[in-house]
Amino acid sequence: MVSAALLATIAVGCLFAAARLRRASWPLRGPHVAVVAWQALGLAWGISTIGALLAFGLAPYEQGVFGGLSALAVDAATHGLYLSGLAETPFGATQVVAIVAAVALTLLLFWGLSTSFLHVLRTRRRHRDLLSLVARDDPDVPGARILDHPAAAAYCLPGVLNSQIVISAGALAVLDRSELAAVLAHEHAHLRQRHDLVLLPFSSLKRAFPRVGLMVGYYNAVALLIEMCADDEARREHSPKELAMALLRFGTAGTAPVPAGALAAAAAHTDQPEVVTRVSRLLNPVAQLSRGATVAVLASAVTLMTTTVGLWHLPM
Amino acid sequence: MNRLGDLERAVMDVLWERIEPMTVREVGRALSDRDLAHTTVMTVLDRLAKKGVVERTREGRAWRYRPAASRENYVSELMFDALGQTGDPDAALAAFVRSMSGTEAEALRRALAEIDQPRT
Repeated sequence: MVSAALLATIAVGCLFAAARLRRASWPLRGPHVAVVAWQALGLAWGISTIGALLAFGLAPYEQGVFGGLSALAVDAATHGLYLSGLAETPFGATQVVAIVAAVALTLLLFWGLSTSFLHVLRTRRRHRDLLSLVARDDPDVPGARILDHPAAAAYCLPGVLNSQIVISAGALAVLDRSELAAVLAHEHAHLRQRHDLVLLPFSSLKRAFPRVGLMVGYYNAVALLIEMCADDEARREHSPKELAMALLRFGTAGTAPVPAGALAAAAAHTDQPEVVTRVSRLLNPVAQLSRGATVAVLASAVTLMTTTVGLWHLPM
Repeated sequence: MNRLGDLERAVMDVLWERIEPMTVREVGRALSDRDLAHTTVMTVLDRLAKKGVVERTREGRAWRYRPAASRENYVSELMFDALGQTGDPDAALAAFVRSMSGTEAEALRRALAEIDQPRT
């Protein structure tokens, strides 16, 4: 029961920490570290919630979560379902419910992850198929494919061996040479650091809990941080002003010719528009997160993870 | 681009150019400068049909092929994906910036004007 209580505390603590992290300002100064913090919180929340339910449900074995799970498996294999025996007492029934809930949550999370992954693969394949039919190459823009459309867009299509960067004709029209180079560097950073894989678990959480607005908030927060990571990478070789100008030009050029039907989905933003956050961050440089703070965040992330997994072993 | 991808593109260009559906033979004839075997053209059209970008209808003994949508439609679809307007944005692709609402664009337009002043 001690481990169940501790794991439940961690699970609730993760939610509080996530709420604070979303409002904190330091992630603007260290987006990479903040992404790690989000990953640790997300993972620890899942492991601690499932662990708390299991620790409570398997408490009669007095062997902790891991020990309890294997004991349950042995029981089920040797003399039928131990669970039915447990359920006869009123307290036992809640423990059975806890185990069932833990299994359900685990399945839900895996289902979310796998459907997200499949959805992403399908979208990308379709996108890649169409791209190969309608995009063209331009000797002036090596390494990118051009889409002849008047709206401004630049994006990357991640893949293992066949990742691509795509620029629309509308974007080429509004960007000057150095701004274009900055945009390309930004997209290359996405591909190099496989930001899509970082985002995938968060988009699958969103998929697993479609009614929970909080998940959308988490997803948006991580998505914005990832853009900042790519901005920071691009900034190593290009001036932040070029990037900011590129963002500004995109924002002021590309909105008109796009069909209006689905616009609402993208327009449901929070307090400050994300793009404004990015632009002001580029134009008014802030000090990088200090080394000490970075180490502190990373150490907390590691401590959180090891504690959570450690509690799965605690036989109390 | 690989040879097959290149051929698919050429075949689509032919189909997009014509208004009426074409048979395999007609497509091959339109690409006569490439000197393609009948079976090659058939394979390419088959692949395109599997990808859903070409539709075929039976006419007598021959199949006739036509594009499932215009080139402009496909470009729009890609842009739709790219600007994150498919309703459920996820990790499929990463846009430099998603499409903006009117107020966002307005705020940026003002900022742009301020920055551009020294230049001009």
